[in-house]
Amino acid sequence: MRFLPIVTQIFLWLAVFDSIEASRGNSTATIGGFGFKEIVAYYLLTMVARAFSSMPGLASGIAKQIREGEIKRYLIQPIDLIGFLLINRVAHKFAYYVIAIAPFSLVFFMCRHYFENGWPDAITIAAFILSLGMGFLIGFFLEATIGMIGFWFLEVSSLLFVYMLFSFFLSGHMFPLSLLPDNIEVFVNFLPLKYLAYFPAAIFLGKIPKEELAFELTVEACWLVFFVVLCRWTYARGVKRYSGFGG
Amino acid sequence: MQPKNERPNYGKVFLTFASNSLVRDMTFRTNFVLQCVSSVGWTMMNVGFYLILFQYTNSIGADSGWDQDKFFLFLATTWFINSVVQAFFMPNAEEFSELIRTGGLDFALLKPIDTQFLISFRKVDWSSLSNFLAGLVIAGISLYNLANRATNPMTPSAISILLYIVFLFCGIAMMYSLMICLSATSVWLGRNQTLYNFWFYITNFSRYPMEMYDRGWGKPLYGFFTFIIPVLLVVNVPARLIAKPIDPRTLDEQLLVGWALAATLLSIFVSRWVFYRALSSYRSASS
Repeated sequence: MRFLPIVTQIFLWLAVFDSIEASRGNSTATIGGFGFKEIVAYYLLTMVARAFSSMPGLASGIAKQIREGEIKRYLIQPIDLIGFLLINRVAHKFAYYVIAIAPFSLVFFMCRHYFENGWPDAITIAAFILSLGMGFLIGFFLEATIGMIGFWFLEVSSLLFVYMLFSFFLSGHMFPLSLLPDNIEVFVNFLPLKYLAYFPAAIFLGKIPKEELAFELTVEACWLVFFVVLCRWTYARGVKRYSGFGG
Repeated sequence: MQPKNERPNYGKVFLTFASNSLVRDMTFRTNFVLQCVSSVGWTMMNVGFYLILFQYTNSIGADSGWDQDKFFLFLATTWFINSVVQAFFMPNAEEFSELIRTGGLDFALLKPIDTQFLISFRKVDWSSLSNFLAGLVIAGISLYNLANRATNPMTPSAISILLYIVFLFCGIAMMYSLMICLSATSVWLGRNQTLYNFWFYITNFSRYPMEMYDRGWGKPLYGFFTFIIPVLLVVNVPARLIAKPIDPRTLDEQLLVGWALAATLLSIFVSRWVFYRALSSYRSASS
């Protein structure tokens, strides 16, 4: 079922490229460096990226535990909250996608003609996998940090909604970020949100020049370290501020 | 005392529901404002996306006539319908599944009022109506642009505005029927948490001009969502009535408008039938 939105996207872009081609009179239009087939491939790949980086219920779960005092558990038991949640999340993703890999591969197999260049070379695939892994971790620590805000504001659901809106738009989930007007694109490229969807897909489709791959991945790793530290720091600060009541 | 078999005053009951919801919303005023802001934020993102899209193309589909101004009129129509559905029906449909699961539906069945009415209108989510205002702004701007642009300026005639409003209501009625049918399925499934997703996936099709599906392997989809589950008609018919000149119309288009009217009536009847079928299979829940 979750592939249905892709269907409407395919038709939307088909219609868009039709009219571009009709007005320009050539049959290989590209926008933002993407041809029609590449855009469809892009949407399929962002689904893979989102499968790794999306963290449903993580931030709201942390905030809920803070609000309802369950967080005390982690303060008195020799368990690290963040580590526990991370392992929990890994296990959950693993169990889910062991099953979900079947429909995913079926859809990709049916849509294989959208991948015009076939499989990319080994280096690109390695970079793709690396970016997926880091995308997962960035998604985790970013959302966990937002959950930690619950130490200061008990109710974070509206804040979370705003974050989700921005991440939908600025992670490239809605459309390839290279479609953005140049002056905005420069700015958005500095944000870490693109690692959640746009970046892995762009690597796979060869939109990131090979020479820059190592550099871009290093930048991503820096963001990852930044969020790990930020998450730890907010947690430590939050625990100091926290006071548990009742039993 | 008045005799008790008197027909309840539905208008008054609805107004009471609406004002109760408003009171509840106003109790948490900051939350209400934040909800409004975030739904308008979602609108802005969509507008942003389509503005970016129209940087690259001048219409959706070659020769379809959906250029920027007209497409934004289409978008505003989507927004009108969705905001009304979200404000009036969405919270109730969610609650309906929950009532079935917890057995709270018993109390609704006991009340001396039409159960479908009670279930469908109990809550009003006022903050969703902020998107109605956003739709008005979008429609206003695009109508202004449409009337004042250099090539093919157009102002909709009085009759097309009248028909537009009528078919907006038809669209809302179709969406409502679909939603009632979907939420009634939770009687058989026990719990239907995927309701919202399912709703989103189906209505997703209604968000774009329908001719864009009418090609290649989209044809079965086009047929299915026009004739079986008529979500393609919901936005397309009214948007077409206002965005394109009313007079030179092909027979197909006239038939489509007629079918939209028939589909509205049919879907209301079907939804009522499904609703009562669901109620008769309802077996309460242990408390």
